[in-house]
Order: sequence, then structure tokens, then C-alpha cells
Amino acid sequence: MFAIVSKRRIAPKEYDIWVEAPRIASHAAPGQFVVVKPDEHGERIPLTIADFDREKGQIRLIFQVVGKTTATMAALKEGQALQDISGPLGTPSEVENFGTVLMVGGGVGIAALFPILKDLKKKGNRVITILGGRTADLVIMKDECAQWSDELIITTDDGSEGMKGVVTDAMRAVVQRGEKVDRCWAIGPSIMMKFASQAAVELGIPVWVSLNPIMIDGTGMCGCCRVTVDNQIRFACVDGPEFDGAKVNWGEFMNRLRQYRDEEKISYDKYAEEVGDLSWL
Amino acid sequence: MAPKQKTPIAEQDPKERCHNFKEVCLGYTLEEGIAEAKRCLQCKTAPCVKGCPVSIDIPGFIKAVAEGDMPKAAEIMGQYTNLPAVCGRVCPQESQCEGVCTLGKVPGFEPVAIGKLERLVADWKYEHTSDAKPQLPGEKKGRVAVIGSGPAGLTVAGDLAKKGYEVVIYEALHAAGGVLMYGIPEFRLPKSIVQKEIQAMKDLGVQVETNVVVGKTLTMQEILAQFDAAYIAVGAGTPHFQGVPGTTLNGVYSASEYLTRINLMHAYEFPGYDTPTKRSKRVVVVGGGNVAMDAARSAKRLGAEEVQVVYRRSLKELPARIEEYHHAVEEGIVFNWLTNPVEYMNDGNGQLCGVKCIRMELGEPDASGRRRPVAVEGSEFVIEADTAIEAIGQGSNKVLLSTFPELNLNKWGYIVADEKTGATSVPGVYAGGDIVTGAATVILAMGAGKDAAVAMDEYITKKRASA
Ligand SMILES: Cc1cc2nc3c(=O)[nH]c(=O)nc-3n(C[C@H](O)[C@H](O)[C@H](O)COP(=O)(O)OP(=O)(O)OC[C@H]3O[C@@H](n4cnc5c(N)ncnc54)[C@H](O)[C@@H]3O)c2cc1C
Ligand SMILES: Cc1cc2nc3c(=O)[nH]c(=O)nc-3n(C[C@H](O)[C@H](O)[C@H](O)COP(=O)(O)OP(=O)(O)OC[C@H]3O[C@@H](n4cnc5c(N)ncnc54)[C@H](O)[C@@H]3O)c2cc1C
Ligand code: SF4
Ligand code: SF4
Ligand code: FES
Repeated sequence: MFAIVSKRRIAPKEYDIWVEAPRIASHAAPGQFVVVKPDEHGERIPLTIADFDREKGQIRLIFQVVGKTTATMAALKEGQALQDISGPLGTPSEVENFGTVLMVGGGVGIAALFPILKDLKKKGNRVITILGGRTADLVIMKDECAQWSDELIITTDDGSEGMKGVVTDAMRAVVQRGEKVDRCWAIGPSIMMKFASQAAVELGIPVWVSLNPIMIDGTGMCGCCRVTVDNQIRFACVDGPEFDGAKVNWGEFMNRLRQYRDEEKISYDKYAEEVGDLSWL
Repeated sequence: MAPKQKTPIAEQDPKERCHNFKEVCLGYTLEEGIAEAKRCLQCKTAPCVKGCPVSIDIPGFIKAVAEGDMPKAAEIMGQYTNLPAVCGRVCPQESQCEGVCTLGKVPGFEPVAIGKLERLVADWKYEHTSDAKPQLPGEKKGRVAVIGSGPAGLTVAGDLAKKGYEVVIYEALHAAGGVLMYGIPEFRLPKSIVQKEIQAMKDLGVQVETNVVVGKTLTMQEILAQFDAAYIAVGAGTPHFQGVPGTTLNGVYSASEYLTRINLMHAYEFPGYDTPTKRSKRVVVVGGGNVAMDAARSAKRLGAEEVQVVYRRSLKELPARIEEYHHAVEEGIVFNWLTNPVEYMNDGNGQLCGVKCIRMELGEPDASGRRRPVAVEGSEFVIEADTAIEAIGQGSNKVLLSTFPELNLNKWGYIVADEKTGATSVPGVYAGGDIVTGAATVILAMGAGKDAAVAMDEYITKKRASA
């Protein structure tokens, strides 16, 4: 059992928890994830390790409620526990001093971007961060990202905060003002990663994305997480989750994410019926 | 003279069982078991024992059954195997113990039903053992780590615990048992039986730590610093894909994914359990081993109207257990011999709509001695399908191996280990089961575990004496 030591609601349907997991904390590196199975009848879902504290033996998970499993997790209180967590899984990000890096995050993907950004800053990079969302409330972790960035640019679709527009507009603006960018990470909704990758290619910047396909074991045993990168089948849980965004087959990737839409709805509706009020999410 | 045929055994009716996940074979009653045991000739030479990879004293335990002395039968069997209820159910008996049974060599006679008798004894034992925990040696002889909780890992752990070692098993998944839990379906091997066998191991003092992916959660280096020796039994769990066009369409699965969803994650009980799998109408399964049979029969049980197996060789070469093939036929699975898929077809929305296949013929024998299938040009045809499941084999998993480069691997990526002892290129590190042999059988994995337990005991005893 993995006890939840703290829990915060950081945006509508978005939660930030710290969990007791000493072995995972002592081996975690930026770019890695865990697989969580909240209870006996639960599903195994992958979540990025948003941060870790080796001394306290804790890891941080930030998740958005999109279905039954994440809703169940949101309903847990401090002191309660998640039944199973395995990790740290996946290949860590390659972090060294590249020079200037452009960190592009959207939605809950910002949680996955954060540990990489923090490590890049510690390793001496000049970090320019772009965080985007539909509206100001949905851009999470602004202060923390600011703390570990040389510059933070916020974009919102509705102009409620920062620049009105999408993250790719900000990416172009940064390069247009004469910034020489050596590397880029783009992590967020698949559609955002796809367009950010295209923009990076246009701007001549190598780009990494973190893919979030459906997974089960997270150890290379089932092949459910397969993605096509550079015309080759790769298992995202072991070969990734980070890949060269310029080489990902995005159409196929997004198609595979839809596989269980009908079943996910059945599961969520059944849950909603059992628990009743979900307006607090 | 003994009756010619094996004593009939009760099975669930095929029409009924292809709609549920309950066990197909219901097992012998005590009376039936005694009748069957009496067919055994008690051969002096006992070829059956040589046919069994763990050399169970088959005439010995069968004699006890014939005399109705079940405690004695269980006692004899317990000396040779830690997982009798599992082996009695899933061993390929026809090519092992029963394949060489003297009675079966007599024209017109069937061999003794050794596997079914083994199952009877094991199940009897679980129903009749007291709660008294086994007596264990007090002083520990040393500490051993076992990585992977499949049959190889469980066997080595049980044997070393009995010899007086403190044993910790580390398992990557949330449940112990390896393929017995996530691969072989409930209707062939009920999970409650696997759990009982694991409980028996825990009663011997073995600790099982789940959610530990060695190489990630803990490193081999950390483990070796804490234990006298380690046993690697991580199985051959990485699914292969043929790589034909359309492999990443929705509706195309590896058998590993399909069966893991169903068995480990209980997708057949969705939405009572949260993990779904598709309820398919028309299913094509590619391959001819036990894994393919299990996938096909599972698909049928989930309500598929039609399930077709596509196998590139013929029935004669089918690697699956013959009993399981017969069960599959009874359940209405259709077999396409000498056929191979060449493309998974897209319905235009990224969903599988058909499997394009090609007919094969058998050519010259290949390295394995089997005649190599070659495609018949121009013989393509399409099987309409919303689901395709590839069961064409598994390879070695690199998660642990890539973090432990000191270990010598062979050209297929499996661990090089001594055939008799399981010793690897690293002192104190032993290995066995599918990660050494490539995908094989439960009983061979167990056999490897038994041999390694003996060798590890000797190694640690010597090491401690010289320290
Ligand atoms: C390596 C990796 C890291 C991830 N890190 C995070 C994270 O830090 N925070 C976070 O909130 N989420 C993260 N995800 C996504 C997260 O795993 C899914 O949101 C989760 O599985 C949904 O489970 P559910 O039962 O609540 O919803 P479901 O009922 O399974 O799904 C509901 C909806 O979510 C979509 N969905 C299902 N699975 C995924 C998936 N794997 N990725 C994206 N969408 C999905 C479905 O299409 C559906 O629309 C990560 C995924 C991967 C593979
Ligand atoms: C569907 C299917 C049906 C089969 N049917 C039969 C049959 O009827 N009869 C028969 O004899 N054989 C059958 N087999 C084959 C048999 O199951 C295997 O040969 C046997 O299980 C191998 O045992 P093992 O102990 O080597 O490994 P496994 O049973 O594969 O167990 C390995 C374990 O190690 C764990 N592991 C992997 N990596 C790590 C890590 N880094 N850290 C910690 N743990 C790790 C895995 O999660 C797994 O639990 C079947 C196999 C399958 C897949
Ligand atoms: S373990 Fe397998 S081979 Fe040995 S006697 Fe039992 S069924 Fe036969
Ligand atoms: S070979 Fe057959 S008949 Fe002979 S002892 Fe073994 S089981 Fe009995
Ligand atoms: S999640 Fe199973 S192989 Fe990646």
C-alpha cells in the first residue's frame, strides 16, 4: 500500500498528490512514470512522476480526472492509500547542458514537463518555458515553472492571461526575436504535441515529446503501448515515453488512444451512478 | 488386464462452457481416480519417470492412490514438485510422462492418465491439509533473492526455504504467479489454485514483494549487496509481432495483451473490474501454440460469433497441447491450416476490418527439422474480422538485462546459464526458466528451479564456510 501524504486540488478536475513510495523515490529520474492501480478491481494507469523527494521517500503525481480510475483517485483523502504503484518506469530524459532550451507544456502535460525543466535548469541551461491552456485557470504549476525558468511565457486561447493564442505562436515569437534554441521539449495533449513538433521542425529545433498511449504493465510485456516512430514499431513504456516528435506517426497514435472510448464511458457512467454527486471534482 | 481406455473424466459441456470462464475439466472423483490408478502396471523400469522433467515417482504415488492412501500419495508427490495442482493441469503429458508410458505402448491401449491423477492428489491435498504451518529450520543458512514469481522462481524459492534459507521474491506485477496468473486462462488453470500454491510457498516463510521491477525499482547491484545469491527467472515476456502492414490498427492485439487484460486484469468481468477488452464479433488468431489456443477460446467465451485460427503449418506440426486443440475444436473454433496473414486491413477509420491471408505449402525441412512453410503465389484471400490476435511467440524482456551488462547473453538475448546448475557468468547469480531456454513449459521452468536450488545451497554453504 502506498499512503497519500498530501493532496491538493490545483484546477478544476486536476489534483496534485504526494505519495509514500521510498524505493521509487530513490531511483526516479526526470522523464519517468509509474503505473498505479488504486484498488482491487482497478485498472493499471500510467502517471508521470512529477517530482520526487528522495529523503522523505515520496513521489508526486499530478493527474487530471478523465475517467473512472482518475476519479477514484481524486476521491481518496490524505492518509488513505493506493494499492499498487510500480516504477520508476520508462527511459529517463536525456538532460545535459545544451545551451538554450524551449520547454512547451499544455494541460496536465505540464506536470510531465516540470521535472525535466527543473533538471535542465540545474544543469545550467537557459530555460525558456511556454505554458498554454484554453483559459488562465487551466494553466497549472505557473509559479513552480517560473522558479526554474529564465523566462516564462503563458498563452491562453481566450487571452485571459499572457499572450492570446496557442503555444506554437509563442514558439515562433521566441525564435523570431533572435533567440537561438538548441533543444525543445513539448508535452501536452497529443494535438498540441503534434503541432508543436511541426513548428519545431520548421524552426530547425530538435524536439522531444512524451507519448501517453494506453498501457497495462509498463514493462514491455504486452505491446499495448506500441507506437510508430521513424516507421518502426516501438513500445512506449520501455523505449520511451520520450521520442523525437518529428518522427512520430501522430495520426496512428491518436487513433489508438480512442480504442476503448465506449468501454471507458460505460465504466465512468457506472461509477457516477454509484457515487452520485461528482460536481466537487 | 487393465481397461484399454483411460477412465472417463467429467468435463463441462462444450456448448455451455464456451460462454463461461469456469474450469473445463472437472477432475476425477476419488473412486474414478482409484480405478484409473489400478490401470498402472507398476513397471520396474518406470519409463514414465524418465519422461517427467522433475522425475516424480509416478508408480509410487499411483500405487498409493490405487490403495486409497491419499496422504501417502500427496507426501510422495510433495518430494518432487512444489506446484502439483498446476502441472497436473497444464503439463504437455502426451509428450512427456504419458508419452512413454508402457501401457500406452500396447496396441489399442491408452496410457495411464498420470496428469489427471496428479491433479486429483494435489486437489485432495488442498482440501484436506490442516492449517498447521510446516516446521521450518530455525537457524537461517543465508539469504536469497528471487526475481520473478513464475514457476521457475516459485520452485527455487520453495526449495531453498525448505532447505533453511530466508527467501524474498521480487515481482514486477501487482500479483505473483507469472504466466500462471497473467497468461494461462481461468478455464484451464483457476487462479484460486495458483494463489493456493503461492500461499503454500508463503507458509514456508517465503516473502513475496510485488510491484518491484528489478532494474528499475531496485537494481541488481543493490540486491547482490544484500543477499548471498540471486536467481533470475523473469520469463520470456516480450511479445513478437510479425510486422505485416496494419499491425498498429485498433483491433489488432498481441496475445500477451489480450490474455493479460482477461486474466490478470479480469476484463471478462468488466465493468465489475475496470479494465475492458473488446467484445468482438469475428476474431482471427494467428499462431498454433498453447497461447493461440488460449486466446481463441477466450475470444469465444467473450461472445465472438466466429473465431478462426490461422496457422502456417499443418495439424501434424501444431505445437499446442493436443487436449487443448480438441477442446478448441469442440468449442467451435475454426482452423485454417497452411495459412499466414500478410496484411491487416483498415476500414478507413483506423479500425481492423479484415485479415488478408496467403496459403502456404510445406517445403524443405528447416533448422528445427520441421518442413518450412512457403507462400503459394497468388493465393491471397480475406477473412473478415474486427479483431486479430497475434500469438507467434515471445522474446526476452530487456528491462532487467539492460541494467545488468555483466550477465552473458546468447545471440537471441537469453541468459547463458549452466544446464545443470543454472549458474550464470556472474558468481552468485543463477537463472532459469523461459529467460534461459526461451518460451518453453511450466514443468521445464520448475525443473530448472529445482536444480538451481541444489546448486545455490552448495554455493552459499561453501561461500559461508570459507568466509
Ligand atoms: C507515460 C504516461 C504518463 C502519463 N502521465 C500522466 C500524468 O502525469 N497526469 C495525467 O493526468 N495523465 C497522465 N497520463 C494519462 C493517464 O494515464 C490517463 O489519463 C489515465 O489512464 C486515464 O484513466 P481513467 O480510467 O481515469 O480514464 P479512462 O476511462 O481510461 O479514459 C477516459 C478518457 O481518457 C482518454 N485516455 C485513456 N487513456 C489515456 C492515456 N493513456 N493517455 C491519454 N488519454 C487517455 C480516453 O481516450 C478517454 O477519452 C499519462 C499516460 C502515459 C502513458
Ligand atoms: C498463454 C500461455 C499459455 C501457456 N500454456 C502452457 C501450458 O499449457 N503448459 C505449459 O507447460 N506451459 C504453458 N505456457 C508456457 C509457460 O507458462 C512458461 O514456460 C512458464 O510460465 C515459464 O516460467 P518462468 O518462471 O520462466 O517465467 P514466467 O511465468 O514468465 O514468470 C516470470 C515473472 O517474472 C516477472 N518479471 C519480469 N521481469 C521482471 C523484473 N525486471 N523484475 C521483477 N519481476 C519481473 C514477470 O512479471 C513474471 O511474473 C504457456 C504460456 C503462455 C503465455
Ligand atoms: S509433472 Fe508433468 S511430466 Fe511430470 S508427472 Fe506430472 S504431468 Fe507428467
Ligand atoms: S509407465 Fe505407465 S504403466 Fe508403467 S509405471 Fe509408469 S504409469 Fe504405470
Ligand atoms: S504497456 Fe505493456 S508493453 Fe508497454
